[in-house]
Amino acid sequence: MTALAIDIREKRYPAVGRAGANLALQALRFEVARGELVCIVGPSGCGKTTLLNIIAGLDHAYSGQVTLPPASDGRPPIGYVFQNARLLPWRTVLENIELALPQGAGHRQRVLDLLAATGLGDVAHVYPERLSVGMGRRVALARAFAIDPQLLLLDEPFVSLDEPTADRLRQLLIEIWQRQPTTVLFVTHDLREAILLADRIILLSPPPARVAASIPIPVPRDARGSDTTVDTVRRQILDEFGESLRAL
Amino acid sequence: MNPPRLPSSVWPYIASIAALLVLWEIAASLVHSRVLPTPMAVLLVLMRDTADGTLPYHLVITLARVAVSFFLALLLGSAIGIVMGRSILLDRLGDSWLIVFLNLPALVTIVLCYVWFGLTEVAAILAVTINKIPNVVVTVREGARALSRDLLEMAQVFQFGRYKTLRHVVLPALGPFIIAAARSGLAIVWKIVLVVELLGRSSGVGFQINLFFQLFDVASILAYTIAFVAVIQLLELGVLQPLERRANRWRR
Repeated sequence: MTALAIDIREKRYPAVGRAGANLALQALRFEVARGELVCIVGPSGCGKTTLLNIIAGLDHAYSGQVTLPPASDGRPPIGYVFQNARLLPWRTVLENIELALPQGAGHRQRVLDLLAATGLGDVAHVYPERLSVGMGRRVALARAFAIDPQLLLLDEPFVSLDEPTADRLRQLLIEIWQRQPTTVLFVTHDLREAILLADRIILLSPPPARVAASIPIPVPRDARGSDTTVDTVRRQILDEFGESLRAL
Repeated sequence: MNPPRLPSSVWPYIASIAALLVLWEIAASLVHSRVLPTPMAVLLVLMRDTADGTLPYHLVITLARVAVSFFLALLLGSAIGIVMGRSILLDRLGDSWLIVFLNLPALVTIVLCYVWFGLTEVAAILAVTINKIPNVVVTVREGARALSRDLLEMAQVFQFGRYKTLRHVVLPALGPFIIAAARSGLAIVWKIVLVVELLGRSSGVGFQINLFFQLFDVASILAYTIAFVAVIQLLELGVLQPLERRANRWRR
């Protein structure tokens, strides 16, 4: 069952100052099944964030069509983990998460459970400026999961973290996702990270971005723990699609 | 959390006030005239007029006028500032009006309000409010222009809606700007209120000062001034500064 259908004919940024007009996306089409975890991989600056912003409804200046999951029993349509955490600095961790929740529902216990699961139990009443970057990212992750969205968008959420921290957060993402299944679109420029997480990888071409390849990951998720497995898959992908992946 | 205020930081303050009083005393005894009374003479007037209730009566009336026009200006100015800071079109449309009002002398506004609306309380409050609004608009507009687009987008994706966005995203971000406008506002508003009272009211500190001016009663003028400045200082220290600390408590 299709949860998300993307059909973008064209997304163009107008010329600003001396920078000329810039065609970011062109003839970009793909679909995502309900409950599927898809990683979008592409070179830096190929328009991945642009794509997520269009899906999230933050950018309407494009031609084409985005079909979101049909509304169902009060679940919010979209949760978004931005590249930077985007927490309200004047609200505590707990308040930041509760504010994202639909109004009036008594979610307090669920939020506290989620905070405990993400290792944030001790900082529930702390203001975000006191948190480390990694902790801030965790709060952003918890916020997006807390609203139990039909579609979860993640924009390089673990970039610029040290590898052990990023790894823990990836595991955490999979754990929560398995407990609370939802359709996930995860954007990254790191092929290794994509192989660790995805059901399927969608490769984007250099700009103007379109789908260069759609690659299901055949290895079951619990068998991806070892570096050798990930490397094998990575080499296979590079061999087959090396041309469009030279930058990765 | 704050350590108790150290005496060492208070002493220079007290010393400078004492020095001022001493200079005043010396000057007054040298001049030895009714137009420059000694500090003690002023204190006696202050106590006499406080005891018979006239000073508190006029003080409270003036403070009420200050309060009403202050809050009106803050509320309307903030609303206009937010709108102008967020909409390029409205900013362009409103900018020339803003410049006109910024450069309009307070005295002109006051006189025109009295001519058009009569020597009434409403005209008085209106004149002060109109004088103050442009300053609030300019300050709050800067804050609204600097609002984080990242956070506004976040609020949109997570479907905060208008009220939640205003209360939890916009207003906290504007807090420092609104408080800055409030502090400079308090200083301007009470001075304008005195002029308004002098020109067209029959009560308040400004009215009293006009009366004493005609009687050449400098001791009373100084007594009322000191009482009023003290009250405004107390508001600044006791209300605005704690409010500012509270609005900034999330900062590292």
